[in-house]
Amino acid sequence: MIMLRTEGLGKSFTLHLQGGVTIPVLENVEMTVSAGECVALAGPSGAGKSTLMRCLYGNYGAEHGRILLRHQGREVDLTTADARLMREVRRDTLGYVSQFLRVIPRVATRDIVAEPLMLRGTPREAALARATELLRRLNLPDALHGLPPATFSGGEQQRVNLARGFAAGHPVLLLDEPTASLDAANAEVVIELIQEAKAAGSALVGIFHDLHVRDRIADRLFTVEPIRKAA
Amino acid sequence: MNPLLEARGLNLRFGAVHALEDVSLDLYPGEVVGIVGESGSGKSSLLKVLAGMQPADAGSVAYTDAQGTAHDVLRISDAARRRLMRSEWGFVHQNARDALRMNVSAGGNVGERLMAAGSRHFGKIREEAAHWLTRVEIDTARMDDLPRTFSGGMQQRLQIARTLVTRPRLVFMDEPTGGLDVSVQAKLLDLIRSLVADLGLAVLLVTHDIAAARLLSHRIVVMRHGRIVEEGLTDRVLDDPQHPYTQLLVSSVLAA
Amino acid sequence: MNAPLNPVAEHLAGYNFAYLDEATKRMIRRALLKAVAIPGHQVPFGAREMPLPYGWGTGGIQVTAAVLGPRDVLKVIDQGADDTTNAVSIRRFFGRVAGVRTTDRTREATIIQTRHRIPETALREGQVLVYQVPMPEPLFKLEPRVSETTRLHALGDYGLMQVKLYEDIVQHGEVATAYNHPVMVNGRYLMSPSPIPSFDNPKMHMNPALQLFGAGREKRIYAVPPYTEVRSLDFEDHPFRPIRAPHACELCGSTESYLDEVITDDQGGRIFVCSDTDYCAERRGE
Repeated sequence: MIMLRTEGLGKSFTLHLQGGVTIPVLENVEMTVSAGECVALAGPSGAGKSTLMRCLYGNYGAEHGRILLRHQGREVDLTTADARLMREVRRDTLGYVSQFLRVIPRVATRDIVAEPLMLRGTPREAALARATELLRRLNLPDALHGLPPATFSGGEQQRVNLARGFAAGHPVLLLDEPTASLDAANAEVVIELIQEAKAAGSALVGIFHDLHVRDRIADRLFTVEPIRKAA
Repeated sequence: MNPLLEARGLNLRFGAVHALEDVSLDLYPGEVVGIVGESGSGKSSLLKVLAGMQPADAGSVAYTDAQGTAHDVLRISDAARRRLMRSEWGFVHQNARDALRMNVSAGGNVGERLMAAGSRHFGKIREEAAHWLTRVEIDTARMDDLPRTFSGGMQQRLQIARTLVTRPRLVFMDEPTGGLDVSVQAKLLDLIRSLVADLGLAVLLVTHDIAAARLLSHRIVVMRHGRIVEEGLTDRVLDDPQHPYTQLLVSSVLAA
Repeated sequence: MNAPLNPVAEHLAGYNFAYLDEATKRMIRRALLKAVAIPGHQVPFGAREMPLPYGWGTGGIQVTAAVLGPRDVLKVIDQGADDTTNAVSIRRFFGRVAGVRTTDRTREATIIQTRHRIPETALREGQVLVYQVPMPEPLFKLEPRVSETTRLHALGDYGLMQVKLYEDIVQHGEVATAYNHPVMVNGRYLMSPSPIPSFDNPKMHMNPALQLFGAGREKRIYAVPPYTEVRSLDFEDHPFRPIRAPHACELCGSTESYLDEVITDDQGGRIFVCSDTDYCAERRGE
């Protein structure tokens, strides 16, 4: 079953503060991702892989084409979805694991991880239990679970973010360099989590800088072509 | 789901100045909308008009209450508007001193809205006041102290407790963290964020602080010269701004 | 102008009956009718200069003058007593400008003008109790803007008054208003009972007499018609309690009446006696 596809997706940035110069980044992107498969984005640095991921998540607005996502049994076009529908889509269907945690001060790690589950209606106790389980798997000591992650190291914060990203088991998951700056043992845990998500039927799209990791997870590659830049 | 608040075609002029020009806005239950823009952009005027505190030259504002009854906010009687203000709505002012009674104890300040709504049981009023003081992280040992003995951050938290005690469905916030120290602001923002999420409040937040808007809002409305120039999902508006003014606003303040 | 009907006694020449001219009386009576129609609501009226300073009962005198007829019997009390300066002055004033009969007896009076007390003897239908009121606005200490207090009355928004009682309990452990304790009239308007002791508050409730209130300086009139509900503000768990000194009257032995404390010597000696002199005298068989 196709979970996510793009049709003629295009994106450029118009920089009004730099005299209105327009920088085209994506052009006519056509990709398809089905349930239970993992598609890795490939292409040289600067080709627009991150921009494509952000468009898929709705963080960037697409200019041309359509992004069609299977959400609650129907296809919705994310390029025209309003803010309320996008929130609903992100809550129920579309997850995003980025490299960087946007730290919310004073909220305990366990609550940060459990939040996406609670938003989907999981009772607090069950959500916290799932959060604890994920944090333990990612080797974050129990002593840290009750603390806000503001003072954690970069690697620890990333693992908090990964746990949060995987907690709710979204049917479509976007992974932006999920193993960057993790040691081998933790990278192995992430690979397991991704494989479990695939086995559970999630559709995954990822950017992986580590080719060994990529080759173990990805079912196929999707190459993002750099656009011929206007001189 | 139907909108809680529906504004259509609002216009307001002060002499030659357009404070609001053809502004329309919907707010849904549980939704937090940040209204950003620089001073004079019309964002505070918009908040006042939406709350029925300022008449508009043209346009309409409809509010649907918990019973499903629609209220024409710009045309209802003073009495009906006050009734909304003390049951369904709350208003958090930038300056806590504008909202608090400085010669009434903290507990009395929180209890006033309960008493205005008809509570006549001293013990229960105190219990409820203590509960809300705790929720805004004010030690209940300070319950009988006057707000003038409180710090600015505490006064603002007290104002929030006083506003939330009657469990409003919609809260208007006008620069709730303005005028506070940066460290105090962060704590207050976080408190507001968790309360809003726990209580499922709908919030209209006016702020010139983009970071505050990013932390609290689900959706952002950018205003300039009395017009809405851009609106949408918070992270999209801030990370991929389209309008030249939004790009300027974001680039001039945002490091996050 | 109507000639006085069967005057009981001659009144001072050169003045209209009861001092005020008939047009002024008519204006006051209109305000009184409105006040009776809207129990507890303050009605503005064009208070006149009176031959007494403000604070001596100019509001009460104008109300009395407007309702007084030649066959009325007038009693005037000040803090319960008929023989204090203020009471004597006002009683003599009406004796001279209206020629009406005056009395110390609550039972005999048809109109009783009072400063700060309600007689102990139960009032009956047909009697009129006229209060002298220094400050008619019960909210004035809490909300200084008149435009705002007017709005609060219009909307029946009395949370603020309850906050004051809340603060009293917080600070003193109980509602600390020994006098001028605010009341709700007919379930609608918050009203100042004028500075009567809270002991007297329950007497206002369902009283068969007509109760009229006049504030001369503030130019306001209000009223409680006979048999009207008057409730003292309180909390369910801190009910209103009328306060009374825990003694018996030194003169008549009453344990029911409101007592004044009287200092008897320089050594701290003191006795408690009835504030209502007529009630006390009657009990002593005088």
